[in-house]
Amino acid sequence: MGVRLQRADFDVGAEVAALAKGRTDIGAVVNFIGICRAGAGDDRITAMTLDHYPEMAQAELERIEAEARSRWPLQGVTIIHRYGRLVPGDNIVLVVTASAHRRAAFESASFLMDYLKTRAPFWKYEERANGSGWVGAKDEDEAAASRWTQTGDSDA
Amino acid sequence: MKLIYFAWLRERIGLTEEVVDLPPDVRTIEDLMQWLSERDEAHAHAFGNRRIVRAAIDRRHVKPAASIAGAGEIAFFPPMTGG
Repeated sequence: MGVRLQRADFDVGAEVAALAKGRTDIGAVVNFIGICRAGAGDDRITAMTLDHYPEMAQAELERIEAEARSRWPLQGVTIIHRYGRLVPGDNIVLVVTASAHRRAAFESASFLMDYLKTRAPFWKYEERANGSGWVGAKDEDEAAASRWTQTGDSDA
Repeated sequence: MKLIYFAWLRERIGLTEEVVDLPPDVRTIEDLMQWLSERDEAHAHAFGNRRIVRAAIDRRHVKPAASIAGAGEIAFFPPMTGG
């Protein structure tokens, strides 16, 4: 449950079990796992380092979690984001949502990832076969996050 | 005022954080970026394209027009790429 920033890997099965343990009101659990991918060819990624702003990342993820809980009836939310140096195949992020029905679980997990990508203070540095550098933000991530903003909502 | 930097802003400036004394006419995030960019080449490079630099006051996202009055910690960073 809750929000955790950690260098260590996470156990998806254990996190899902912890969320649902002893509950009989949960009808749906959705989990999303973000994984470091290698890409292909000469430009493939050999390692990725996640820089972050620890205190703000914790606070911002808690704000995002609270926003999801205010929008959907959720029985549980777990957000785990790793930092430090990772290699292709490593887990980066886990979002688990639990609700009575699947729609709320799917939608809130999707919302959490869209907001996490555009608001949580993490930055990726990629080491590539052809040279290294900071990953640029993608316009499509902003567009994905903005679809959750209703007309008239303020989103500071 | 404590300033902290992340990702390529930190690399360009060469500092993780610094404490600065600001003149009274520096009132907003935008003013602060302008003032910092006039300090030396490293800061000028870091704040060269101010449109894409993001800021947080006391660990909350703010817009360039936000007032810095009463701020404890101001962070500057590139657009986020987590997840």
